[in-house]
Amino acid sequence: MSSPHRTPMPPGEQPRSNPDVRLTVEQASYVYSPNPSQAPLFTLEALSFQAKPGEIVAILGPNASGKSTLLKLISGALEPLSGRVFLNGYATHALPSKTRAQRIALVQQESRLLFPSRAWEFVLQGRHAYGRTLRFETEHDITIAKNALAQVGAEHLSDRWMDQISGGEKQRVILARALAQQPLLLLLDEPTLHLDIGAQVDLLESLRRLAAENRYTVVVVTHELNLAGEYADQVVLLQKGKCLRVGSPATVFQRELLEQVFQAPLSVEMTPAGRPRVTLFEKT
Amino acid sequence: MRPLTFSRMLLRCGVLLLVLFVVVVIALKLGAVQVSLYGLGRDLIRVLLGQTRAISTDYGMIVVDIRLPRILLGIVVGASLSVAGASFQALLRNPLADPYVLGVSSGAAVGAILALIVESHLALSPDLAGLITPLGAFIGAAATIAAVYFLGRRDGQIDSGTLLLGGIITASFLSAVIMFLMSTLAGGNLRGASYWLMGDLSTPQPKSLLYLLGIGFVIAAGAIYTTASDLNLLLAGEKEAMHLGVDVPRVRIVVYLAASVLTGLAVSVSGAIGYVGLLVPHVMRLIFGSDHRMLIPASALGGAIALVIADTLARTVVAPSELPVGAMTAMAGAPLFIYLLRRRLA
Repeated sequence: MSSPHRTPMPPGEQPRSNPDVRLTVEQASYVYSPNPSQAPLFTLEALSFQAKPGEIVAILGPNASGKSTLLKLISGALEPLSGRVFLNGYATHALPSKTRAQRIALVQQESRLLFPSRAWEFVLQGRHAYGRTLRFETEHDITIAKNALAQVGAEHLSDRWMDQISGGEKQRVILARALAQQPLLLLLDEPTLHLDIGAQVDLLESLRRLAAENRYTVVVVTHELNLAGEYADQVVLLQKGKCLRVGSPATVFQRELLEQVFQAPLSVEMTPAGRPRVTLFEKT
Repeated sequence: MRPLTFSRMLLRCGVLLLVLFVVVVIALKLGAVQVSLYGLGRDLIRVLLGQTRAISTDYGMIVVDIRLPRILLGIVVGASLSVAGASFQALLRNPLADPYVLGVSSGAAVGAILALIVESHLALSPDLAGLITPLGAFIGAAATIAAVYFLGRRDGQIDSGTLLLGGIITASFLSAVIMFLMSTLAGGNLRGASYWLMGDLSTPQPKSLLYLLGIGFVIAAGAIYTTASDLNLLLAGEKEAMHLGVDVPRVRIVVYLAASVLTGLAVSVSGAIGYVGLLVPHVMRLIFGSDHRMLIPASALGGAIALVIADTLARTVVAPSELPVGAMTAMAGAPLFIYLLRRRLA
């Protein structure tokens, strides 16, 4: 792919970046409360980690552990209560919306459509941040959108209607739209939620390949232990708003720790490739 | 992959413009007094050349002084309502939204009537007094859409069903307010007011108001058009649009203000004409797709065509008497609305 013509980062703030590190979460925390006088509904306690280009980070935890909140802090949709989230040295929540969309792409659980659109129209939406007001798409945008579809193996879906393709196919088109944004940081919120096991493996295989080829930093929110163990370079383990452990899957996947977090009896084995594999037992 | 290009957009608008022209010529010809096509053409050319004195015949007077202004009014009102409808549908993420259904037209009507009552107590110069009504209508429209927007929000996101219910409740409340205000009007004003409320283009309007209407339409519709590609993304939801690079708060305020201006102006000259703002964008979407860079100009032209046709029918089907054009659009629009609702639920 040709290199994107991104809007320069805003002046004023000096990046204090280490060229090896792309994403820095530094003591970031967040509190949801209906109003300041009441007790908070949910607290994400301060946590830190870093990610390099080409790396896949899995945010792992049971429901209501703060995974989505952390993703919102990283994406810049929320401003941390304390601490900062930096992308190449710039605070993500302070970036103007277009500048941010040229660097951070988010794949959400579901994209509801009000009026039907074709897959190619959907993918071209990813080019919006590169256009001026009222701009019509250029040949350049079309080439990038076509490449994005090809990268996820969905060229054949280009002319199909979005509401007439399967869940797995839809997920690929949504991923293609994120790729069309030519981001530095690719965020995915439970991307495997509605997929069957074959489609889940396909999706994560493509993520690993894309992260390596395009040097994306990928952050995936999931509660699928084995997918995180198999594909992530780093795992951030959350429980009830606390970050319990950050590290490689082999160091985070400890039997006692996972049993306590997921409230289920399980065993952890190592595959020959050094990846942990979790087996769940029936509760007795 | 065949995205919309600027030239394709212009070409399609050109076709619609041609249709509008044909409709206007037919509308000028039809009516209680028969006019020949030749006479029509000759008089129109004289108007364009500014030689209005050369038009001596009574027929010409009817065409130029009565039918033409009314048709021009219909064009701007129809275009305003349709553009407002298309923008409300995108902004509120609701395919059944339009100024009339959401009660925004009623809100504008309340504002306009209140402005009339206030105006009668102030001794203003006639020029200034004429501008009070559209100002009141704009404030009424803006306040109503703000109220409906907050009624329709749940957990920070617009909920489709709640929004429509909120709009219907607001509309019925405002209708009661209108009834109350109307009861304070004297007999002579009453018939005029009730006609105006049903949607009516037959009342001659002061020149200053017509200029305001034209200029207001160009500015407000232009402002909405600058957000056309943002509206495309807003259809997927505000959060998603934000992540794709849309400055959501800015788009929301621009579209909200501009659509209120369009509704307020249209209501202040023609009352509450229903269904044009709802149905025209849908028909245009079926023909041209849901890209707002095409949909907004297509809705403007389509709305103009629809309202000129409806008004021509309103003044010819029961000639020599006439119907309010709002009754005409409701008779044609309500069944179509039900069809769209059923198709959506199916």
